[in-house]
Amino acid sequence: MIRTEEMILNVGPQHPSTHGVFRLVVKIDGEIITEAKPVIGYLHRGTEKLAEDLQYTQIIPYTDRMDYLSSMTNNYILCHAVETMMGIEIPERADFLRVIAMELNRIASHLVAWGTYILDLGATSPFIYAFRDREMIINMLNELSGARLTFNYMRVGGVKWDAPEGWIEKVGSFVPYLRGQLIGYHQLVSGNEIFLDRVKGVGKYTKEEAIQYSLSGPNLRSTGVKWDLRKDEPYSIYNRFNFDVPTSEDGDCLARYHLRLQEIEESLKILEQAVEQFPGEGPIMAKVPKIIKAPKGEAFVRIESPRGEIGCYIYSDGKKEPYRLKFRRPSFYNLQILPKLLKGENIANMIAILGAVDIVLGEVDG
Amino acid sequence: MIEELLQSSPGWANFGIFFLLGAVLLLIVLGFVTYGILAERKVLGYMQLRHGPNQVGGKWGLLQTVADVLKLLLKEDIIPKAADRPLFIIAPVIAFAPSFMVLATMPFTDKFQFADIGVGLLYYIAVSGLTTFGMLLGGWASNNKYALLGGMRASAQMISYEIPLVMSVLGVILLTGSLNLNDMVEAQKHGWFIILQPIGFVVFFIASIAELNRTPFDLPESENELVAGYHVEYSGFRWAFFMLAEYVYLFAMSALITVVFLGGWLAPISFLDFIPGAVWFALKFSVVVFVYIWLRATLPRFRADKLMEFGWKVLLPIALANIFLTALIKSLFF
Repeated sequence: MIRTEEMILNVGPQHPSTHGVFRLVVKIDGEIITEAKPVIGYLHRGTEKLAEDLQYTQIIPYTDRMDYLSSMTNNYILCHAVETMMGIEIPERADFLRVIAMELNRIASHLVAWGTYILDLGATSPFIYAFRDREMIINMLNELSGARLTFNYMRVGGVKWDAPEGWIEKVGSFVPYLRGQLIGYHQLVSGNEIFLDRVKGVGKYTKEEAIQYSLSGPNLRSTGVKWDLRKDEPYSIYNRFNFDVPTSEDGDCLARYHLRLQEIEESLKILEQAVEQFPGEGPIMAKVPKIIKAPKGEAFVRIESPRGEIGCYIYSDGKKEPYRLKFRRPSFYNLQILPKLLKGENIANMIAILGAVDIVLGEVDG
Repeated sequence: MIEELLQSSPGWANFGIFFLLGAVLLLIVLGFVTYGILAERKVLGYMQLRHGPNQVGGKWGLLQTVADVLKLLLKEDIIPKAADRPLFIIAPVIAFAPSFMVLATMPFTDKFQFADIGVGLLYYIAVSGLTTFGMLLGGWASNNKYALLGGMRASAQMISYEIPLVMSVLGVILLTGSLNLNDMVEAQKHGWFIILQPIGFVVFFIASIAELNRTPFDLPESENELVAGYHVEYSGFRWAFFMLAEYVYLFAMSALITVVFLGGWLAPISFLDFIPGAVWFALKFSVVVFVYIWLRATLPRFRADKLMEFGWKVLLPIALANIFLTALIKSLFF
């Protein structure tokens, strides 16, 4: 009589494909997962608690380190929340710089998501092509802010630095370049039979499940929900630009893969228009007091980060530090559906599903 | 020459010659492994917008692999406490030894061959199958869950791919009428088997990648899923033995494809006969190695269950159809 038993396998916290220090305790029967339990918190730094002792400007570098692949949107969410509370009007030029920086950062983030996803599936080269193009964005943002990853670029009331000479033109010429590259990306990966075999119909969930699990970003839109805060609750100057919100009805990993590439194209559209309409001159900072004090009260704002809906709640008692600060971090919410998706899948699919969720551990753990 | 020695009565002289020839082959193979690894890293590098090794041994990194091997020799040899010690030690040897044994029948030129045995092809396939035991044992003996999964995958993959591999060369055997590798090369005087047996070649090539455990069939050691698969607990020179076996197999399999499908040492057109056979062999061989490296740079990895499906439901029927087709054509037209 042959006896089989289930085996507990610890995936992570140090594992090539968990995108950081994410641990997954899976029970496997052969290669089939019968139960999966995510363990998070290895990168918890207590951003929200630390923020309670910091002035608003001092919190901005901490937001850089949450979703470190998309620091610009994180910078923006905090500034946006404080500005909303104080009722500050942002100069036009600063708004343009913010939007350009955020969209560039969104493209960079999606390029990382694309490259690492293919890397998770076993192909090494596309990763490096994606990073080549991302490097150009990083260099541009470096010229703008002086940092490559943790930009610390935005301030309450505007941005810290003006665009250097010729920078806007550089962004303008990057748009057609990346469009050309995207065609190459599709040729290299999108039609590959092995790739399609790995992702088509894998990690499927429905519209209702996505909403129940509070998913957002490409994870939500892959089920056919057309929900993008840039369109549905326009913030900054997004209502001036013409762009689409790509959706898909399939709800599988392939749909999420395609959505990210399509979102890069939409971001390029926004960049193109923003570069065209960029105001020749003007201030980059609104008139704000030296020491920023949010008025007594509370505010919640939300914007669309590359990973989904990022929200910021501030409760202020009128001091220069927030009384309570809370971030709604999309990766954390997107991860919730993982145990449900992994049940009954094999180990190879586990990697494909986890990769398609596109988490950043800095954001999951806060 | 070797044939005569084999016929002669045993003595110290021919023992010495055999030993010397073995050492020569070892040097050739190790030379290939050294520069094959370097070539792989260089080619991968250029395909991936990098330079590859370029520091140790001049700007082409000619001594990089040597330095790497020396480093591996100096590394601490770790045997996990919970591992099955004897099996753990013997597994790399079991994986490695057959990879050298298969080279004995390989006709590199019409003169340079060690054992011209009647069932050369069968011998190759049978002996190379032994390596899987090494992987399975290594995976089992490590007492590591990832290693166990890797070892399991290795044996499952071997079963699924060895059969299409054998079936796909049956067409060639039908045309040659022999399992002898020399006869196969001679039979390609008027046309390489890659042209006469295109279906067989494609099936054989795909199955050979699986046999070599290379991308897109590198499931036993798939880094992104199983971290390193069956050799996850191995370090230092034991690990190097697994890697060595892998690259010696790359050498052997490329040589086999050259012999069976690309006409071995024969020149493609007869007026080019003045160029020595060894050069032709090396050229064809290099092309095959390059294609393997190229595939590694391009393709993502198969999923374990899809791979079995592909082996049994796609490759095997195609290979069987190829045998039938070859037999039909042969009996009707020849």
